[in-house]
Amino acid sequence: MRKQRDDGYGIVAICLHWLIAALVLGLVALGFAMRRAGIDPALQFSLYQWHKSFGLLALSLAGLRLLLWLAAGRVAPDPDLGIIERRASTATHLLLGLLCLLVPLAGWAVASTTTLNIPTFLFNIVVIPPLPMARSVDAEGFWSWVHATTAYTLLGLAALHSAAALFHHLVRREGVLMRMLRRRAVEPAPPPANEGRER
Amino acid sequence: MRHVALMVASLALGQILLPLAAFSKAPALSQAAGTYEVSGTSQIRFSVDQIGGGGINGRFTKFSGRFRIDGRRIDASTISFTLYPQSVSTQERRMEDFLRSSAVFDADAYPTVTFRSTAVRQTGDDTAVVDGMLTARGITHREQFSVRLQGFNRNDIAFNVTGNVYRSRYRMDVGTPIYLNVVKFDMDIRGVRQ
Repeated sequence: MRKQRDDGYGIVAICLHWLIAALVLGLVALGFAMRRAGIDPALQFSLYQWHKSFGLLALSLAGLRLLLWLAAGRVAPDPDLGIIERRASTATHLLLGLLCLLVPLAGWAVASTTTLNIPTFLFNIVVIPPLPMARSVDAEGFWSWVHATTAYTLLGLAALHSAAALFHHLVRREGVLMRMLRRRAVEPAPPPANEGRER
Repeated sequence: MRHVALMVASLALGQILLPLAAFSKAPALSQAAGTYEVSGTSQIRFSVDQIGGGGINGRFTKFSGRFRIDGRRIDASTISFTLYPQSVSTQERRMEDFLRSSAVFDADAYPTVTFRSTAVRQTGDDTAVVDGMLTARGITHREQFSVRLQGFNRNDIAFNVTGNVYRSRYRMDVGTPIYLNVVKFDMDIRGVRQ
């Protein structure tokens, strides 16, 4: 286990968290929209291209998040949490982080193996080469399945993660949600005076 | 004496060169006068390049057309051609479905793409430029194609026809800039004399 810090999340980590969260939700919505039966084919083409561009953006941000974690270490769990809650939250966070990398990578694999061979033109700015994979109907089918399955898992875990954050914030009145909403103090301060703690 | 030698030499040379020249001489359009029906053995190929290399290569398998070559005045020749976008064929069935759909040809609503020549201009022994009106998706624009005569006999004639068409003119610019706006046509047209 890497070193843990208990001085809360920095501004970069907080921004990355919410940006990735917004991207994941947007990409899931886009994914549903573009697969809708009877969709206008021209619109469908555009939505797929946006999905690929935003998906690669999500992958880059998740990669940045991983680098930040490797460089700065994990933030220690909120001291109010019990041992089971700590383990559950740690496992959820690790899985969420892993899936934020896996889902877009599997999507990239779909674009790299499909026999449609449509280039990935990131936001119409730069061509992103396909991963070095062979194109075939079977490979496309397999990676589409992996992409969808990991995406649904990510969505489920994100729901669990949000529900837990809301539960701790609204019911238990603990500071876990606030840790992800405001910057840590510049100087490590004693445990912040948080009304929520005085239960 | 010297003159005679030169004459003999040039005669001999002429005998060697003349048949070769007749053999290699390009077929002349004016000798192919007549009315022709476009044969089903013709090849209507097109390609659209994509960013980063490669692109869509396809062809149309259903088409019809007629042309008349005026032997005295090539510029009085006429061409009419119809192709049926429903017959578009590529390496990918999903791509074909997309091309037939409302995004591109809208083949249900517009089952034909037509070309009517308005001017034919001979540019060489075996080459010409054809101007005409191309109608696709109910939109008509002037387009130009280059024609090269490849050969003919009493019954058949063969041309290679090339031309670039901007698909945006026909509201078919879906997928730009990933796919370029230019559609490159490369057609081997075989005509059967009527």
